[in-house]
Amino acid sequence: MRAAGLWSSLLALAAALLLPWYLTQDGIAQMPVAGLAWLSDPDYAPAAGQVFTQGRWWLWPALLAPGLGLLAALLPMPRAGRAWLFLLAGGLGLGLLVVQGYAIGVQGWSAPWLEGLFGPMEDRQFGVGWGGALVPAALAALLAAGLAGRGAFRGDAFTATVAVCIALAIAVFTALPLILLLGDAFRDAGGAVAAGALFGRLADDRLWSLACLAGAPRCGVVWNTAFLGVLVGAGTTALGLAFALLVVRGRLRLGRPLRWLTVLPIVTPPFILGLGLILIFGRSGIVSLAASSLFGIELGRWIYGLPGVLLAQLFAFTPIAFLVLIGVVEGLSPTLEEASSTLRATPRDTFQTVTLPLLLPGLANAFLLGFVESMADFGNPVVLGGQFGVLATEIFFAVVGAQADAGRAATLSLVLLAMALGAFFLQNRLTARKSYVSIGGKGDAGLAPPLPAGVRRLCLMVALPWACLTIALYVLAISGGFVEVWGRDYTPTLRHMIKAFEISGGQLTGLAWNSVITTVTLAAISAPITAALGIAAAWLFSRTRFAGKGVLEFATMLSFAVPGTVIGVAYLRAFNLPPLELAGTGAIIVACFVFRNLPVGLRSGMAAMAQIDPSLDEASHTLGGGGGDAFRRVVLPLLRPAIMAGLVYAFVRAMTTISAVIFLVTADTELATVFIVNRVINGDYGLAIAVAVVLIALMLVMLGLAQLLVGRRRIGRRLAVAPAIQQGGAVA
Amino acid sequence: MSRAAEVRFDHVWKRFGAGSTAVRDVSFTVPAGTLCTLLGPSGCGKTTTLRMIAGLEYPSEGRVLIGGRDVSALPPAERDVSMVFQSYALFPHMTVLENVCYGLTVSRRPKREAAEAGRAALESVGLAGFEARLPSELSGGQQQRVAVARALVLEPSVLLFDEPLSNLDARLRRKMREEIRELQQRLGVTVVYVTHDQAEALAISDKIIVMNQAVIAQEGTPQDLYESPVSAFVAGFVGEANRIPVTLRRLDGGMAEVTAGDARLVLPHRGLPDGAAELALRPEAIALLGASDPAAMLRGKVLKAAYLGGVREITVGTPVGEVFVVSPSTGGMPAQGDDVGLGFGRHGAALLPGGAGA
Repeated sequence: MRAAGLWSSLLALAAALLLPWYLTQDGIAQMPVAGLAWLSDPDYAPAAGQVFTQGRWWLWPALLAPGLGLLAALLPMPRAGRAWLFLLAGGLGLGLLVVQGYAIGVQGWSAPWLEGLFGPMEDRQFGVGWGGALVPAALAALLAAGLAGRGAFRGDAFTATVAVCIALAIAVFTALPLILLLGDAFRDAGGAVAAGALFGRLADDRLWSLACLAGAPRCGVVWNTAFLGVLVGAGTTALGLAFALLVVRGRLRLGRPLRWLTVLPIVTPPFILGLGLILIFGRSGIVSLAASSLFGIELGRWIYGLPGVLLAQLFAFTPIAFLVLIGVVEGLSPTLEEASSTLRATPRDTFQTVTLPLLLPGLANAFLLGFVESMADFGNPVVLGGQFGVLATEIFFAVVGAQADAGRAATLSLVLLAMALGAFFLQNRLTARKSYVSIGGKGDAGLAPPLPAGVRRLCLMVALPWACLTIALYVLAISGGFVEVWGRDYTPTLRHMIKAFEISGGQLTGLAWNSVITTVTLAAISAPITAALGIAAAWLFSRTRFAGKGVLEFATMLSFAVPGTVIGVAYLRAFNLPPLELAGTGAIIVACFVFRNLPVGLRSGMAAMAQIDPSLDEASHTLGGGGGDAFRRVVLPLLRPAIMAGLVYAFVRAMTTISAVIFLVTADTELATVFIVNRVINGDYGLAIAVAVVLIALMLVMLGLAQLLVGRRRIGRRLAVAPAIQQGGAVA
Repeated sequence: MSRAAEVRFDHVWKRFGAGSTAVRDVSFTVPAGTLCTLLGPSGCGKTTTLRMIAGLEYPSEGRVLIGGRDVSALPPAERDVSMVFQSYALFPHMTVLENVCYGLTVSRRPKREAAEAGRAALESVGLAGFEARLPSELSGGQQQRVAVARALVLEPSVLLFDEPLSNLDARLRRKMREEIRELQQRLGVTVVYVTHDQAEALAISDKIIVMNQAVIAQEGTPQDLYESPVSAFVAGFVGEANRIPVTLRRLDGGMAEVTAGDARLVLPHRGLPDGAAELALRPEAIALLGASDPAAMLRGKVLKAAYLGGVREITVGTPVGEVFVVSPSTGGMPAQGDDVGLGFGRHGAALLPGGAGA
């Protein structure tokens, strides 16, 4: 506790004395280092310089609080007294810094009553920079040390620090934006709070109209979204089940290639399938052209709208359903089916009375997953939607379109959020009650029965054409990047590739270089942060006990259910003004990547943690190790493969994401996915595909490298040892 | 090792959530340097009790004292206690030596010193030469010894065992329990040992604490528990017992006359009042006699008879109920339906309160 307090105080003090407090226009690279000039520069000065040379007295806490913490750590005093001082310095310092940040903005006092209280304010302040971010973070760690000293978190400073830091991060980067967004929905166009504003917008006919049932051209976007979601959920579940049954029970030699197919949607930018559909069924698509030249039938624009979006999403999300359902089918205990067959049931009876009912919770889970994915998808609807609006795209157009109606965007986001959360909770309840899927492999040595002939035929009829279609779609979509002009001139060319990635005279003159390099850089920065936070949170939630853990875990998981579009709008709203003025910087994109992908890393981390016997941690505790020792020496080495997977996954997801970041990019920080979407919207398909192909290749290389690395270290074998010991023992 | 410390529980409660009490107002003392067993069926609270000594659980109420120091709120690392886990909990990614040295490594001892102590500990459990192996490359018994060595290397004042032998086969179990007892006597360390196997508990303990449904049912030496159980539960859990309904009449000098059917016996009354009571009768303490033998106190017919090599297990139907007898296999096997007599004396018989505690 004392060491943790000492280090956090030192860190805070160093940051307050040396690092620029405010965000600087030109970045930290331009800092006037010579002669220590930055220490008193009005732009670059750290907290100390701001206080002493710029007269910004409200930054005193940034100096005093670490000082107090340092004194408490160094002076001899009883444990309880030191803990109180840490608590006081950390808590009060952090609190005062937050208060000043929100009280004094770009126009001086941020509220009239503050001026009445303190007198007029001549000064103004902009968003916080390195110093302004690091000092509060270190003070939070000091607060954690104090809490541990008071006996919270079982007196373990490491656990306390991890818990407080994660809680703070979730509060700032997930809860705060969503709460501000919620507030926006209650404001009218002028920005004043008006409870009626929300209901006025909610009652909008564009949301709820059912006119299309009566023959009108379109329905409300809420119905569109829900209808599409149900169709996609049902479709992907059916297709995924057919594939899963065939692979696990179908006695086919297709397992390996099919499993590879499931990697594709992970590395594919989300709108590439939409693009492929345009190249096939669009007005100059090969099928449409063939139809008109062979049969004289004009197929027209049918692909733009519900059919197109539905098809694209089915292609995109079926592999996800497959991935879920293959786990469920493999998890079925063959013993139950063997029991059924020894009780004189035919294979068909067994399938209907045992297998299918056991699969039901898994099917419902896959359906809800498809529903949520469809709702959150932005790329396909924006490419193929046409007049068929869904919530994700409507929100986008409310923000960037001619209407620029922040209140409407907030309201639509709320509706989308409510739908997503509803589905998420339903799904959570289902997975919590998965009691009769028997995973664990304890003495389940039975042989899975083959599929009944009829079921097998049906699965083959559904799955094989679909698999061929998927492959054809990918092949066509990719080849679109290597012909002159799709639909008119099919001469093979590398023109698009060169246009995107030209290097002439040692200069990267290609159009896409900038965005691809930005994407890779930001993804590479965010991936380790995501993985580290995810593993730390997974350890915290599965291995420690403290008050408020349930709430924190819930809040972390909650951001899993928030659609990307909503997050994008919320970030834009929350980080546009001081003190957290991140909009337009790479930092906001990194933060968005990290907190969008954190729940995924958390889930896989928790799954991996469940494989490790908790008595290993306990053994470390009884042998004199603190929380940090158990984490660093026992859990981390055993989790190495999971960490690797988390890293790669975070990287890949960051590279392919579009829905959230499309609101956050600027000319300086354009991402490759945004670049591609803009080319698609302009009809420049060749260039878009060329860039997408390079992205996919890059990600496949990453995945392959990771596979190789994990394989070579042979950690897998060692990890597999852990459960084997227990099981071997239990059998003996 | 003269640092052995006394372990004391002072009115300790442990509640998990609402309405679930794992340990209810438990107080006991384990004298320094002795081996004490916590014995009981699964779910009786014995493992929770052990984990509270280790610091892996904290009491909801009451105090835990080790060597006179109140450790109730201290984390495991500050308790000078080591534990051997049921699953051994060997770190699968570390070699045997790294496992054994772990405690020294995390307390920042110099590497060389740690390795030396680790080797010595491995030698003391007979595993010299296995330092570089991974736990997965050892047999169950060897893994168990590594776990013991790892716990010993810190020279703790209290050593805890959580059902350490339950993952071993019967033959190895017997050998390991002798080794543990021998080690404890050699080092003079305080050991608290959890098991549900009464034979194991009887064989190695200085003192046994029998737990049932979150409370202590009885504590004492193995002999105390076997010869004078205070309740039907203890009589049935520590060894086997026939429970025969009897009538009790107090005599002078702490004795009582006990009648069951025709049988009459004089036993210490153990504070029981006159009237209905129960007699716990050990199967081994009953002699199988001829039907007309004058020493027979009960008579009946053989219902079941099983030959087990050294002994015979015979169930006899008598007017006071079925009586289970284990007797040496001398003489022939009685057949089903034979008339036999049963003889018993004060040895192996104990009075229990009638009807209660069934």
